[in-house]
Amino acid sequence: MEIFQTVFGPDWGPMIFTLVKTLVLIVVIVAPLMVGVAYLTLAERKIIGYMQVRIGPNRVTFFGIPWLGGWAQPIADGLKLMMKEIVIPSGANKFLFVLAPVLTIMPAMAAWAVVPFQPEMVLANVDAGLLYIMAITSMGVYGVVVAGWASNSKYAFIGSLRSAAQIVSYEIAMGFALVGVLMASQTLNLSGIVKAQIGAGFLSWFFIPLFPLFLVYLISGVAETNRAPFDVAEGESEIVAGFHVEYSGMAFAVFFLAEYANMILIATMTSIMFLGGWLPPFNFAPFTLIPGIFWLLGKVAFVLFLFLWFRATFPRYRYDQIMRLGWKVFIPVTLIWIVVVGGWMQTRLWVW
Amino acid sequence: MFQTFLFYFFSAILLFAALRVITARNPVHSALFLVLAFFTSAGIWLLLEAEFLAITLVLVYVGAVMVLFLFVVMMLDINLDRLREGFWNWFPLGAAIAIVMVIEMALVLGGRYFGLADMPVPEARPAGYSNTKELGRLVYTEYVYPFEIAAVILLVAIVAAIALTLRRRRDTRHQDPAKQVLVRARDRVRLIPMPPEPKE
Repeated sequence: MEIFQTVFGPDWGPMIFTLVKTLVLIVVIVAPLMVGVAYLTLAERKIIGYMQVRIGPNRVTFFGIPWLGGWAQPIADGLKLMMKEIVIPSGANKFLFVLAPVLTIMPAMAAWAVVPFQPEMVLANVDAGLLYIMAITSMGVYGVVVAGWASNSKYAFIGSLRSAAQIVSYEIAMGFALVGVLMASQTLNLSGIVKAQIGAGFLSWFFIPLFPLFLVYLISGVAETNRAPFDVAEGESEIVAGFHVEYSGMAFAVFFLAEYANMILIATMTSIMFLGGWLPPFNFAPFTLIPGIFWLLGKVAFVLFLFLWFRATFPRYRYDQIMRLGWKVFIPVTLIWIVVVGGWMQTRLWVW
Repeated sequence: MFQTFLFYFFSAILLFAALRVITARNPVHSALFLVLAFFTSAGIWLLLEAEFLAITLVLVYVGAVMVLFLFVVMMLDINLDRLREGFWNWFPLGAAIAIVMVIEMALVLGGRYFGLADMPVPEARPAGYSNTKELGRLVYTEYVYPFEIAAVILLVAIVAAIALTLRRRRDTRHQDPAKQVLVRARDRVRLIPMPPEPKE
């Protein structure tokens, strides 16, 4: 701070200091996130492999060390995609075609600004953090819609229409699930939501009083990120690969990164809002000694494992059944549970 | 000072985007510029410390309404030449309306009776001030009846919109998931014990 004030003067010094500090913090958040995304793809292939009694990737290693077999696979995949040519289809709208992957990954990154990793360990501790997350993630759908339209391809267009309708529908159920969380915690600040879950260990976490909302949020999260069993936007057997059929090389890789970054984001949000964020499950010695961020990462890893488990277990939903589940099951369930929680909170039985 | 810079930055983008909404030849581009315009005006609202309204603008208009708009616009096959046919015939009327609107806006913003001079600069709120909480308190206490009436009007609109598009065809086959989950295997499959037939 002092150095900046002496170099840039008293007017500009603090401002440039804040700017540099924020940029460094952004890198500190985004760089591990990208590594996490890379190794999430490896974890997915390995876990699904074992679930299907296969081994999964086990060849590519660092510097020929044999017991690291498979660990360099994401790096090799990334390098391969970087080397490939980006083909822009004839008749495509060039500007929007290139813009679409950017529109997809931008919200997936920007949402991390308000995520608290530990007490006081958050880039922007804004008051309306929950609303910010909802607003930013709702913009992710533009990438998909624009990609489908700009590709000038029927398959891509059908995929993007399916995806847009699905994301907009499930956002409503997700929003109502979050209304329940905000009623229980009485704040929109994400750190405040975690602090509202302090108490008798894991019994104070919101997944107990808000269990239906927890399930709705988790399943809607799977649908929002277009993951199996709700991946009709890709639907290999019907529309090849959906909205990103025409994308190759790094442009495709950006869509891929965004999907996995969104998965990690949804898992983090589930952990923060329903599974107590950085709080340990028991309030005594061996558990409280571990720093909070490891508890958060552990919970995120657990929810991500659920995502992969769903993918290995369930067959793909039919499109009309996805819509039925969203509109006729999830939205009524959340509405009823909000009323129940509202009544419950007025009684003395509400102990959260 | 930084806020002033941000204000002019957002305003420049907003004006450019708003202009492109009406001048872009491709309707999809127009819709996307409208999205940009909403987003930048949300930024300007944030500068006014109206964070709840700003985020709601993004959530509702950018996140939902404009997606559906884009959805429709993408599937239209618009013939631009036919749309531009009567442009010069209608130009005088359009220009007259535009001039009236400019005069009205000038009256509101610059006049002696409404102007900025009559509006004192609002005090900056302390850091812990929650816009959302204050808005919620007002809506559910002081303005609860107007709020409820607005909600009922919206509900009527939803019911009407659905009733207009709902049609039931008797000749289509459809599933009833509630009945499907109630099915038991013994209702559907009958196992008949049969002696194996001797080989001839």
